[in-house]
Amino acid sequence: MNTTPALSLRNIHKSFGGIVAVEDLSLEVNRGEIVALVGDNGAGKSTIVKIIAGMHQPNSGEIRLAGELVHFIDPSQSQAKGVQVVYQDLALAESQPVYMNLFLGREKTKGWFGKLDRAGMIAETEVLMRELEVRVPSAKSTVRKLSGGQRQAIAIARATHWATNLVLMDEPTAALGITETSKVEDVITGLKARNLAILIVSHSLDQVFRLSDHICVLRRGKQIGVRQTNQTDKNEIVSMITGLKETA
Amino acid sequence: MALRSLFRRIPAVGQLEPSTYVVYVGFLLIFAAFAILLRDEGFLSASNLLNIVQETTPVTIMAIGMVFVLSAGEIDLSIGSVVAIAALVAALVMRAHSWALGVAAGLGAGVMAGLINGALVAYARLPSFLVTLATMGLLAGVARWMTNLQSVPVTDATFTALFGSGSLFGIPSLVIWTALAIFLGHYVYRETPFGARVLATGDSPHAARAAGIEVDRLRLTVLILGSTCAAVAGLLYLGRIQGARYTLGETDLLTVIAAAVVGGTRLDGGTGTVLGALVGSLLMGMLNNGLILMGLAVSEQMIVRGFIILVAIVLTLREPRRSS
Repeated sequence: MNTTPALSLRNIHKSFGGIVAVEDLSLEVNRGEIVALVGDNGAGKSTIVKIIAGMHQPNSGEIRLAGELVHFIDPSQSQAKGVQVVYQDLALAESQPVYMNLFLGREKTKGWFGKLDRAGMIAETEVLMRELEVRVPSAKSTVRKLSGGQRQAIAIARATHWATNLVLMDEPTAALGITETSKVEDVITGLKARNLAILIVSHSLDQVFRLSDHICVLRRGKQIGVRQTNQTDKNEIVSMITGLKETA
Repeated sequence: MALRSLFRRIPAVGQLEPSTYVVYVGFLLIFAAFAILLRDEGFLSASNLLNIVQETTPVTIMAIGMVFVLSAGEIDLSIGSVVAIAALVAALVMRAHSWALGVAAGLGAGVMAGLINGALVAYARLPSFLVTLATMGLLAGVARWMTNLQSVPVTDATFTALFGSGSLFGIPSLVIWTALAIFLGHYVYRETPFGARVLATGDSPHAARAAGIEVDRLRLTVLILGSTCAAVAGLLYLGRIQGARYTLGETDLLTVIAAAVVGGTRLDGGTGTVLGALVGSLLMGMLNNGLILMGLAVSEQMIVRGFIILVAIVLTLREPRRSS
C-alpha cells in the first residue's frame, strides 16, 4: 500500500506585509481521509487553503503532493496536479448555466473549429448530478436562480469531478440550513469512498466531529496541534482553539 | 411596465429577460413608425435601407468588439481615437507602398493600441476605464500630430472597392463586411471556449481565476480585439471617404456603447449578445437616417436620439439587480 501522503506541508510560513498569517505549519493528509482545519476567525485557515491552491505563495516551507515538491504560482497549476478547491464564496459564475460552471476552463469542444459541445457538457453534468444526488431543476439552469444549497452542491460536484488527488473545502456549509447541510455532508462523506484526500475548513465543531479523521487546530497563524478525531473531544479542541490550554 | 407584462403573457417570450428582446421590439416599433411617417420620403426604399446598413458598418464592427470588452468586465473608451490613427497610418503607408501593406499597417496600429491598453489593464492592474480614458486623449493627440491636422487622400482603386464602394455579385462590400463580422463575432462569442471564458471572467473574475482561466491574458486579448475592430472600422471609413482625417471616429464611442448596451450587453460584464449589438447598431443608424429624412434640425435630432436611447436603456437595464 502506498503510504506517501496525498498532501504534505512542511514549515509553511506566510506573511502579508508585516502581518503573519501562517507561522510554521506542518500537516499531512492521506488519501481516503478527511482532515479538518479549525480555529477562530483570522487564525489563517483560508490562507492555508489558498496557499495549497496556488492563489498565494508561501514565504517559506515546502508543499508536496504525493511526495512531489510543488511550487504553484497560479490555481491552474494546482488543478493540473489534481487539486480542486471549494471556496467559501463558491467561485461560481452566477450568470452562467450550471453545466458551463462545471466545465469552465476545461470546456468540451467538437469539430475543427473548436465549437463548444454544449450537449455533451449538459449530458455529463446530468450524470454527475444524479451520481451525487444533487437536485437542480436542470443542468441548463442559471446559477443565480438556484438556492444556497444547490450552489454549494454544484461547487462540490465540480471539485469532485476534476479532482484526482485532493479536495480543499473552505466552509462548505457556512451559508446553509440544517437539511441542506446534512445533504452536503453526505456528499462530502461520499468523496472518501472515491479515495480522495480532503482538507476541510469549518467553524462548526459538530460537523468537524461528524466528518473528519484528524483535526488540526490553528490560533493566530500558529499550529497548536493535530488530534485524531476519535481520540479527542470537543472540550479539548475548544480549549486548543481559545488558548485556555497550551499544547504542542 | 406595460410592455413587459404584455410580453410575459406570450409563453415563449415570457421566459426571456426583457433585456434580450427589448432591442428587437424597439427596432420593429421604430422601423414601423418611420415606415408610416416617412412613406413619402423613401425611407422604405431598398437603396435607403441598404444605405443604413452601409452607414452603420464601422459602428457595427466596433460594437462587436465592444460586446467582448464589456462582457469581460472591461471597457474601451479609446476606440474612437484608434479609428483615426488606423486610418491615418494606413493612408500614409498606402501613399508610399501597396494598399495591402497599408491595410496591414492600419491593423497593426490597432493591435498596438490594444496591446498598450491591455498591458496596462492586465499587468499593471489599472482599471480599463481610466487607462482607456487616458489613451483616448493621448491617441487623439497623436492623430492630430501625425499629419499636422492635414487629411491624407487615398486613391487606390482596389482598396476603395474592397473597403468602401465596391460590390460582389451586386452586394455592396460594406454589407459583406457586416455579415462577415457578425458571423465571426457571433460564432466566437457563443460557440467557442474563448467566448464562454470572456463571459465567465466578466461575471466573476474570482470564479474564472479559480477555474484555471488566465484572467490577465484574457483581458489583454479582449482589449486587443476591441482595438483591432476599431482599426477595421478605420479602414472602412478610409475606403468609403477615400481619405483619412484625424476627425474620423471622433463621435463614434458613445454610439458604439449605446448599440452594445441597448442590444442587451451589460456594462458590468457577464452578459451580452453579438446579434443584439448588430440590431442596436442598426437601430442607431436607422434613427439617424429617419430623423434626417424627417427634416429635423441637428439639435432636434440629438434631443430625439438621446431620448430614445434613454428609453431603451431604461427598458433594458431595469432588470433584476445582480445579487451579490
